[in-house]
Amino acid sequence: MTETVTYELMVNGERRVVEGSWLGESLLFALRERLGLPGSKNACEQGECGSCSVRLDDRLVCACLVLAADAQGRSVTTVEGLTGADGDALTDVQRAFLDEGGVQCGFCTPGLVMSVHDLLDRNPTPDDLELREAISGNLCRCTGYGRILAAARTVVARRGEASLHESEGPA
Amino acid sequence: MVEVNAGRRRPSSVVSLTRVPELAGWHREGDEIVLGACLTYADMERGELAALVPALAQAARTIGSPQIRAVATLGGNIGTASPAGDTLPVLAALDAVVEVAGRAGGRRVPLLELITGVKKTSLAPGELVTAVRVPVLRGGQEFLKVGTRNAMVISVVMVAVVVDLDGQSVRAGLGSVAPVPVRAREAERYAGEHTDWSRGRLAGPAVARRFGELCAESTAAIDDHRSTADYRRRAVAVCAARALARALPPLEA
Repeated sequence: MTETVTYELMVNGERRVVEGSWLGESLLFALRERLGLPGSKNACEQGECGSCSVRLDDRLVCACLVLAADAQGRSVTTVEGLTGADGDALTDVQRAFLDEGGVQCGFCTPGLVMSVHDLLDRNPTPDDLELREAISGNLCRCTGYGRILAAARTVVARRGEASLHESEGPA
Repeated sequence: MVEVNAGRRRPSSVVSLTRVPELAGWHREGDEIVLGACLTYADMERGELAALVPALAQAARTIGSPQIRAVATLGGNIGTASPAGDTLPVLAALDAVVEVAGRAGGRRVPLLELITGVKKTSLAPGELVTAVRVPVLRGGQEFLKVGTRNAMVISVVMVAVVVDLDGQSVRAGLGSVAPVPVRAREAERYAGEHTDWSRGRLAGPAVARRFGELCAESTAAIDDHRSTADYRRRAVAVCAARALARALPPLEA
């Protein structure tokens, strides 16, 4: 018989109780199977594919490589926790993935969206190498990455234009 | 965690080290840096620490992906003792000393004595790596790694070259070319004797090439599913020559 534990996680700004959990469960398992948040995808379970990328406090991690119980007291943000500006259901990164055709089968998309957000939060104007390094832990077997890189560049360009308009003030 | 996910390991108890402040971060003690066992690769990649120990930062940046570097730790790399552990050649070149804590108290062990074989260490049951001590050295440092691609790759060979201008020595650590990290002592001696220490320059470009060959001779490379012994020796020779020429630029012939 395996001992089970109950603990609390802070996920997307909400306190969530994980009940009857085995201590060895990954954060990914807890999110998908215990808390009903299937946006973070489960594929390799060894950190290779990046499909389960989430934010843990201020760092992007593979949820499959973090013990769920070890995430207590820290803030977890999943793709479900992303919201766009002005009531848009999609963030500008998600919108750019659609506009640029960066989504094909869609399995890698949540992880890639999290990676691009994480990069642009830290570095609003990445060069090409920084962009490629930032998504180096996210595997996509459909797109060949071209449209994904295009989507990221589109976000950078759109945010640049928006801040330019702001700094010019109201017309 | 990978083994737990795969069902190969089912621990009956779990101890989280991420909230032990004594194991996190790093600090300077005189001419030494004390690196906590829970220091992540992301912590080593940039900032002040990267400026103090550049070869460690270079090695950290080649590991896994940003997601993995955010959680993977120096203590984990040492405890795993993989021949392909990416920080190990750097720590070997720096003559790193590992601090270990156990029920019987603490001890300090040179890294090369701690790692005894493929994924084997001299850690006793109940002992824990708590920190690693490395010197702050004046001089160039370089880490080079060959893998089958750029990201998310297990190394085929690694070379770390550390120059100590004040101690007038060159040190080379090699990885993925033997069961344990290797110091290329013969190559180090040769480079030290063929350096103009008053100017901090190698005597000439040929010294770097010979240094590379000597490094290759100090390996015990094998054929495996990632590469061949011949390729590994060749790659060590090329990488070591290149690393030395960057860390200690040669006088023109």
